[in-house]
Amino acid sequence: MEFQIIWFILWGLLWAVYFALDGFDFGAGILYPFISKNEMDKKAVIHAIGPIWNGNEVWLITAGGATFAAFPTTYAYMFSYLYTPLLIILFALIFRGVALELRGKATTDMQKKFWDFWIFTGSFIPALLFGVAFGNIFMGLKFDDSGYYGTLLSLLNPYGLVVGLLFLFTFIVHGSLWISLRVPDALAEKGMRKAKKFWYLQAVCAVLFLILTAPFTNLYDNFIKIPIWFVVPAIAVACLLFTGFCIKKNKNGKAFVFSALFVISLVFSGIIGLYPNLIPSAIDPKYSLTIFNSSSSPYTLKIMTIVVAIFVPIVLLYQAWTYKTFMYKITEKELKEESY
Amino acid sequence: MDTVLLSRLQFAITAGFHFIFVPLTLGLSVLVAYMESKYFATGDKDYLRMTKFWGRLFLINFALGVVTGITLEFQFGMNWAEYSRYVGDIFGSPLAIEATVAFFLESTFLGVWIFGWNRISPKLHVISIWLVALATNLSALWILIANGWMQHPVGYVINNARAEMVDFWAVVTNTYGLLKFAHTVLSGWVVAGFFILGISAYHLLRKSEINFFKKSLKIGAVFALLSSILVAGVGHFHGHEVAHTQPTKMAAMESLWKTTKDAPMYLLLIPDPANEKNSVEAIGIPSMLSILAGQKEVKGLKDFSPSERPPVTLTFISFRLMVGLGFLFIIISLWALFKFKTVEHSRTLLRILLWSIPLPYIAAQFGWIVAEVGRQPWIVYGLLKTSDAVSKAVTPAQVVASLIGFTIFYGALGIIDIYLLSKYARKGPEKEV
Repeated sequence: MEFQIIWFILWGLLWAVYFALDGFDFGAGILYPFISKNEMDKKAVIHAIGPIWNGNEVWLITAGGATFAAFPTTYAYMFSYLYTPLLIILFALIFRGVALELRGKATTDMQKKFWDFWIFTGSFIPALLFGVAFGNIFMGLKFDDSGYYGTLLSLLNPYGLVVGLLFLFTFIVHGSLWISLRVPDALAEKGMRKAKKFWYLQAVCAVLFLILTAPFTNLYDNFIKIPIWFVVPAIAVACLLFTGFCIKKNKNGKAFVFSALFVISLVFSGIIGLYPNLIPSAIDPKYSLTIFNSSSSPYTLKIMTIVVAIFVPIVLLYQAWTYKTFMYKITEKELKEESY
Repeated sequence: MDTVLLSRLQFAITAGFHFIFVPLTLGLSVLVAYMESKYFATGDKDYLRMTKFWGRLFLINFALGVVTGITLEFQFGMNWAEYSRYVGDIFGSPLAIEATVAFFLESTFLGVWIFGWNRISPKLHVISIWLVALATNLSALWILIANGWMQHPVGYVINNARAEMVDFWAVVTNTYGLLKFAHTVLSGWVVAGFFILGISAYHLLRKSEINFFKKSLKIGAVFALLSSILVAGVGHFHGHEVAHTQPTKMAAMESLWKTTKDAPMYLLLIPDPANEKNSVEAIGIPSMLSILAGQKEVKGLKDFSPSERPPVTLTFISFRLMVGLGFLFIIISLWALFKFKTVEHSRTLLRILLWSIPLPYIAAQFGWIVAEVGRQPWIVYGLLKTSDAVSKAVTPAQVVASLIGFTIFYGALGIIDIYLLSKYARKGPEKEV
């Protein structure tokens, strides 16, 4: 197989893992002000994602770094064309990270409110905007060989917003399930109730996404060419239904796993539809940035393949160990004694 | 102002701000790991209290170091798209490797360390903080290999209108990058040493927790002394490498206009770039500059066309101040170590230590100014001009908006962080742990 194709798959995989992991701590951050009645609840939600969110976010850094290393031309133009939305995501992530680390150090009500605001806003904005960004990439950006003609507002088109909302509701469900797994029972039940409610919204957006993708994008072309690929979106649909089913049965552990699998199969459905484009041009396909016209040299791709083949499995192993170590119910006693 | 200048300003602000937090992380991670190891080995509760006290300051600082690092990775593509396109085949690899090999390790095990006190065995807990310390310093290695390539590009050919990598090993073992790595990491260790010295001095001045802070001060003093001697030593060889590979930077660092054999170094010197000379040159040490540069004949700026020279005055002053501070660090830490036994009674020394906390930070910033301003007008030395590297799709208005955003948000975060650091530093360690 050509290295470009290997790296296309890896590129998709990095984004998929990133959204499957950071997605639930975005969701937890969005729900944070709504499901916590008192300080103890708030501590519990922060503690629920505390040990792992930072490691989750590194998948974004890696996805960014891998785009730079493997497809530098795409990296250069994607980041400069989407300057303003990325900047907004960046500010949100910066404040969210600091808020999660420093909320515990707040002493006055005003300080607490300030950090609470950023935990919510810093989670909400990227959850929505990453969806909007991918929706627009699916549609293609307005660029040719002399530049980019879109604006922040032109990105907020109906299709972009549908994908944005799909991401948003998916992460909220994903996050509420994670919360329900980790916090004390009373709060966990609240989490499950949120999961039930938001699952319907998620499902509506998923249906809209499946329908609107036909008129707004060319993603279906690849599937029609090679119908066996329809398996992937079919898995996504099945995972979404299983998620809903397990939520109904109050099986939050299973629901969480299906929710994660939904995110991964959703991302790969998009990736398969994009191939061989990384960013299609909405003006003319001849300007599209593809894995072939924007990649690094075979030599660099080979080096990077070796690095990734060795280290990503190691990362997955120790992160899996971390999840195993911290996959327990936090007790109120523990929250009371907590000082870090 | 145009996009180039605005983008440079933004990069300077965001990178400079990032580098307020990184150096302390580099050194303090190692020291906290050392303290916890001592506790693990001896069972001495004081070392546990130290781990928790200095560890908390480490975490407050760490939070900002991580998030401000994301900005830099994004910014290459956002503001420097032409640069990214031109060098991505080489420059992207160390960045991606940094994330995969080091950053994952650092972030994951920091989470384990913070939340793992009662969940994992003490041994595993010590291992976690050592992994954090190792990964933090390993991060620096890959980032500085990337930066080293911008300073002295190796292992590439120009192909398809861009630089393409032909020798990964040459990029990784680039002497420039490795020296820079050692110099930068050690400067971070100096920062951490003086951080511990200064805060310990604060408490000793108030006679609180004398035993605890004398112990801390000793660790800080030894670490600061060793690091400041080493950083100066490495700096010397780094200077040779600069003279060898970046003659314009070397000439600007010393404000040398005419190519000179057995060049002297003037202790008192005022550059006059407009007239391509120095308006004051006094107290010369014969041949000293040639010795420092490791070359008999040192090239002067006039050998290069004005369009290829870096800003002389800024590079020169930054270099002088960095070196001057570097010597001061050796003297102060030596003093602290000699006086250690009765340090709680030497109030002058304690005050000096307290007020020295910001100095290594400032020296590190000057060092980066020398490295980055001194490389101008090149973004990749000899290969790509900074003015050709900027994003074409980005307008000055966009950069103005982001620049304002960064200034306000970073300003706010900086104030919050310094407030929290000084609050918890002053509070002192917990009595019971």
